Amino acid sequence: VCFVPGGLDCSISFVSHVLGKVCIHGRQKEILGVLVPCLTDLTKSDCIWQRICWRLVECVPDRWMEAVVLGFVQRAPGADVLSRLLGNLVVKNKKAQFVVTQKMLLLQYGHTTEVLQNLLGYLSLDGLRRTLLLRVLQELLETWSSSSAVKHSTAEQQLYISKAILICLSHLKEPEIETHRQELLTSMMEGVKCRLDSSLPQQRRLGMVVAESISLKINTEGPVLKFEYEEDDETRELKFLLVQTPSFCNVPSLPDDDRSEKAGAALPLVPESNEKSHAAAPVMSNEESDTEFDSDDDLIPYDMSEDKELKIKAPVYIRDCIEVLTGSRTEDVDKWEATVKALESLVRKNPAATREVSVELAKILLHLEEKTCIEGFVELRQRAQVAVLTTDPIPVAKYLTSQFYSLNYSLRQRMDILDVLVLAAQELSCPKFLGKTKHSGAQKPCIQLLQGSDSSKGWRRVVDERIKNKTRRLDKGQCHVELASRPNEFNSVAGYFFFPLIQHFDRPLTTFDLLGEDHLVLGRLAHTLAILMYLAVNTVAVTAMGKALLEFVWALRFHTDSYVRQGLLSCISSLLLSVPTERILADMTEELLETQSWLGDVMEKDPDGDCRRLALQNLLLMENLKKKLEVVPS
Amino acid sequence: MALPPPDPQFVLRGTGAAVHILHFSCGGPEPDIPLLFSGSESGFIHVWNLRTHRVDTALDGHGRKSVYCVETMGGKDRLLSQGRDQRICLWDLAEGRTSVTDSVFTEHVGFCRCSLLKVAQGRWLMAMAARSLEEVQILELPSKTSVCTLKPEVGAKLGMPMCLKLWQLSCGSQPVLLAGYEDGSVVLWNVSMGKALSQLICHQEPVMSLDFDSEKAKGISGSSEKVLSIWSLNEQQNLQVYKTHELVNAGISDITIRPDKKILATAGWDHRIRIFGWKKLKPLAVLDYHTATVHCVSFSDHSNPRERLLAAGSKDQRISVWSIYAQT
Repeated sequence: VCFVPGGLDCSISFVSHVLGKVCIHGRQKEILGVLVPCLTDLTKSDCIWQRICWRLVECVPDRWMEAVVLGFVQRAPGADVLSRLLGNLVVKNKKAQFVVTQKMLLLQYGHTTEVLQNLLGYLSLDGLRRTLLLRVLQELLETWSSSSAVKHSTAEQQLYISKAILICLSHLKEPEIETHRQELLTSMMEGVKCRLDSSLPQQRRLGMVVAESISLKINTEGPVLKFEYEEDDETRELKFLLVQTPSFCNVPSLPDDDRSEKAGAALPLVPESNEKSHAAAPVMSNEESDTEFDSDDDLIPYDMSEDKELKIKAPVYIRDCIEVLTGSRTEDVDKWEATVKALESLVRKNPAATREVSVELAKILLHLEEKTCIEGFVELRQRAQVAVLTTDPIPVAKYLTSQFYSLNYSLRQRMDILDVLVLAAQELSCPKFLGKTKHSGAQKPCIQLLQGSDSSKGWRRVVDERIKNKTRRLDKGQCHVELASRPNEFNSVAGYFFFPLIQHFDRPLTTFDLLGEDHLVLGRLAHTLAILMYLAVNTVAVTAMGKALLEFVWALRFHTDSYVRQGLLSCISSLLLSVPTERILADMTEELLETQSWLGDVMEKDPDGDCRRLALQNLLLMENLKKKLEVVPS
Repeated sequence: MALPPPDPQFVLRGTGAAVHILHFSCGGPEPDIPLLFSGSESGFIHVWNLRTHRVDTALDGHGRKSVYCVETMGGKDRLLSQGRDQRICLWDLAEGRTSVTDSVFTEHVGFCRCSLLKVAQGRWLMAMAARSLEEVQILELPSKTSVCTLKPEVGAKLGMPMCLKLWQLSCGSQPVLLAGYEDGSVVLWNVSMGKALSQLICHQEPVMSLDFDSEKAKGISGSSEKVLSIWSLNEQQNLQVYKTHELVNAGISDITIRPDKKILATAGWDHRIRIFGWKKLKPLAVLDYHTATVHCVSFSDHSNPRERLLAAGSKDQRISVWSIYAQT
């Protein structure tokens, strides 16, 4: 494409038309791949070419404007280049303005970070366009801080908006920050509030990083907001976006403004963690060479072989342990520590003695607080609780499930109860897949239950793998190897674990409202029930459990918290895996059909990616069930 | 074949409470009775007769609050005691009297033992932890005038002073203070100028006790961890770590170097007293008698070396007295 430069009054509108038509037909890549570098070079120093370029894009008809602008923004190697190419198009043309300020930022979220940087950098480079930048920032902040947006938008979109906000902030100048300080502060507070409320750790982290960055920008002196969270690649990337400053200013006056795009030139240096000012002085290298008579040789040491580490003896009997743990004497902390450490093994070695005092011990452990600082106290307590529960399942399970719904426990304690129930159930059941659909050489499914909010993810991964295995296997045909089976000890007690938990979920107490504020616990409850269901495979109560679980899921299926929905979908997976197919189809057909349509809905419309994936898996499982029944000769 | 460790020469019972501090006064000429002063948690200072092994007098001057420091001031007739009632009392014990002649209200609510140094006839300097968290005050006794207040610089974050030792290289030279703090560091202070000369981080945990050998310019400190730290003072008045020694069990309450600078004793939380050679910190003995943590150890000041004793006071309310390495 060659133009006749200088002097001639040529009409470019024809070229604009061609450009527009080509772009709208999806050939942006080809034509802009040639055009953009060409124009970049030409407009570098030549004002006339710049004006030609501006005229070119301005003349593109409105109906093709979007495609052209989009193409330019995506293809321009930097914000300054974009500025040279498009000029003040966004100010002059309404369609272009809409595309740049609204569509690309708020309605789409698939663009890369570089594109965002180009776009927002472009807006910041010219005085006329800066007003648009500010407006964009306001709108982004509004979206970011609205709680309904948080609930209904996907994680990727939220990440995208956060990135855009941070890049905008990095372009803001002092006076602009001054005028908008109040707004920034209000939006930040609202946004942080609804994000911290969320049960998903990723959203919380996002909220924390953005809030910190905003606070950093608006409070240049004085205390800055600081959250505690784990750094990972995502947070580091976000923080990097904030700090970089555009290393260029007004475009036309810089003739040698070359490849300094990305504005990465001013790389922030992470400040060195300040060393302790008085580091321990280095040990004197020259030992005192003792040439004089060493009078120490006179002193003959005594026998010191008895000098060993002092060990505090833990009590040997369970009842003694109870005494120590409930004792109020504050001096015997050594004994208390030793007791806590020894308790689990004592319980396991003395099942008969434990059974006599099991409920009392469970009560003590549930309320046990850390008296001194022991390493791994939480884990020790949990293991002791699991030991007690597995030794005497029925009364202790009754106690724990009743306490779950009682007044005056903290959320942490309630979630501990759930964790303990799950761990004990796992220990009791050690399930193996029996029957024809076993994978040859299948490993014993071991559900790694990790502490904290990762517990659901860990086991879900394993179950998902199982589902995948099962799904694939059926297509390949049946396997003939059968592994040895073991009686499921969970059989007799599964009901005691499961039904009390599911009974009262809709009854609010003064301090505990599962359906209201405490949706985090509700989510954990759903995941717990899913695991219990999964572990109850081949037990007698499994069908009744399945039915109750279906009702539970059905009542809560439209819950707004995505963590809860994930739990409910896991419940369905467990149900489909555990309850024998014949029973499913005999007793639960109508409910399953309804569930199927609900799952289809979730798969298409749910904002959360994990929910959609789980729904899809459930639908596949149901398909396989049907197929399986068709294969088996009646 | 090493001999088993010796048994205590005798054990003093009868304090009725945990023993926190011991101090010998045996240097007097005959026919003076060798005495051992002990301060206990019940607030009493017991004066033990080391010939009869019985309590001669019991001094009650701290309102039944624990006494954690006892020192004699030039002989057994004048005594200084410090208690948890935030007071330091000066006693006159001559001719059978048991009266408190003077007292200093320190307003210190911690456990930092004060340190005495005789600077001239009838004049002492006393370093004590003061009311303010990180400060050490130096007073002149018996006039009770304040000589200076040693304040660490702002932001130093040393914490409370845990143990103090005033010393001077020779009579007439500048008095210097070594202070161990809660953050594990030992600071050398120049008393006359009131400023810090050197600081050394010896431990990760608070310094529980320290002692210093001014002849060799070497000191040792113990903490609640398993490490004993030996440090030295060079010509530029800088503290440097010389050596560390790892113990079997964590926690040291008290360290003291024998006056002849040949051995030192440590009182441990593991109920054991350990003896080391001072020159190279060679472990010499582990004395395992007590059944609760040992709070204090003290060497006697007998003029006859063969009569020298080591006493240890423990939470189990007993004072064990040992004769160990007395022949050298």
